[in-house]
Amino acid sequence: METLLNDFSPGLFFMQLIILVILIVLLGKFAWKPILNSLEERESGIEDALSAAEEARKEMQNLTADNERLAKEARAERDAMMKEAREIRDKMIAEAKEDAKEVTTKLIETAQASIVQEKQAALAEIKKNVAELSIGIAESVIKKELSSKEDQLKLVEETLKNVTLN
Amino acid sequence: MKIAKKTIHFLTIVVLCLATTSIFASGSDNKQHNQKDGGQVNTQEEVKAYIEHHLKDSHDFSLFSYTNDEGERKHVGFPLPVILWTSEGLVTFMSSEFHHNDDGHLLVEKKGLKFAKIHSKIFELDKGQSTVAFDESHHATNAHKVLDFSITKSVVGILFTGLLIFLWFSKLARQYKTRSIPKGFGRALEPLVIYVRDEIARPNIGDKKYRKFMPFLLTVFFFIWILNLLGLTPLGFNVTGQIAVTVCLALLTLIVYITNGSKDFWAHTLWMPGVPVVLRPILAVIELVGFILIKPFSLLVRLFANITAGHFVVMSLIALMVTMKEAFGPVASTGMSLVLSLFISVIEILVAFLQAFIFTMLSSLFIGMAVEEHEHH
Repeated sequence: METLLNDFSPGLFFMQLIILVILIVLLGKFAWKPILNSLEERESGIEDALSAAEEARKEMQNLTADNERLAKEARAERDAMMKEAREIRDKMIAEAKEDAKEVTTKLIETAQASIVQEKQAALAEIKKNVAELSIGIAESVIKKELSSKEDQLKLVEETLKNVTLN
Repeated sequence: MKIAKKTIHFLTIVVLCLATTSIFASGSDNKQHNQKDGGQVNTQEEVKAYIEHHLKDSHDFSLFSYTNDEGERKHVGFPLPVILWTSEGLVTFMSSEFHHNDDGHLLVEKKGLKFAKIHSKIFELDKGQSTVAFDESHHATNAHKVLDFSITKSVVGILFTGLLIFLWFSKLARQYKTRSIPKGFGRALEPLVIYVRDEIARPNIGDKKYRKFMPFLLTVFFFIWILNLLGLTPLGFNVTGQIAVTVCLALLTLIVYITNGSKDFWAHTLWMPGVPVVLRPILAVIELVGFILIKPFSLLVRLFANITAGHFVVMSLIALMVTMKEAFGPVASTGMSLVLSLFISVIEILVAFLQAFIFTMLSSLFIGMAVEEHEHH
């Protein structure tokens, strides 16, 4: 202890005190304060940037979700529209088929009716022609065969025999 | 790069000083070294005296000394100014006037006063005395100490360290104006600043109040650390091993935490709540003694003792090559000395940081205790 006290130099103590206090003040003003301020600024900057990035990420997520929802909706709409179109098409085809069938049936009916009519008319024509022909034949036969009585009778008989009308 | 350049400039100046002053300082002084070997250090006692001399502050900056062929002791280094406050007022002269005499035989006369240097302390002789008289325990009987504000080797070390810290960190501070991440040497300094802030100040003082104490803590941390490291260089500084320096550091810590003590701190120190009233004054005395004497004392003694012991051990191990020469032979003793002193030097580099860390850590712990505000129940 005595040597410790003996070694203590008041002059050195005084010099050290002055220099250290000046050093603390100078460094505080020109070094520590700006350094610590910039460090804090930088740290808060990094923190801000990180939180901004996080926010952007969240927004991005929201956007993606929105996009997905929209796409889904659009897809659903498209599907619905396509389904509707398909239905309309099927319906139209069915209708057209129906119509066509109807028209065909009508046509066939008309055709059949007209065929019958034509047939009837033709038959009537034929009958008339046949009657006329028969009359003509009869006339000519009569004219020829009527020269004899026997012939005439014979002819009538033969003719009647051949011509069996409906 | 610029910092490195500046440091090189500074070193160049130092070397130039050496070159110009060493001629002046190397004047022969074989008078005082009247041993036959010309003042070589080669016995156990001489080694002990040499180490003791090194551990003390010195008035001149001597780098090494040798004995030339004529048996003259030559010292290489440069003198430093001696500034004294004596009974006649201010007296200044260069330390070279003592011619490396350290036992009080050489007297320097200024303003009619005679000064002698005895074991690195400057004494003023009492009026009418012409030589220093010693008693049996080698204390001067007819001389008294003077107030010595000399620029001693330690003051040079302090100034050098202060300048170094200021250059480094003001440069770092200026870098932040143009860039957010420093480059070059600043990149190495920045994590140290962050380390002191986040590992030492913040956990001990608290997030709210630490800012105010950062200049003190940072300055003290780097000051002690660099001076500790400087003490391990061959320049032979022993600044943080000077009791005056550690007293000053501890005193500043004391002042800082006493002047910033919160109301709660004083209330708890002087009138401890929750304790029987009879015990309170006793506790107050114990607490006060703890805060004002024991805590700063532990700070100053820890730093002083660690650094002094470190220097002592390193120098003793280096001296092994001399003291063990007869027992083991020159090669073995030199090898042993080299290995051991290398080993202990590595530990001392760790201790240099550790002591700076502990001093700053405990300072911020004490400050934290003083500024803490208790939650009221």
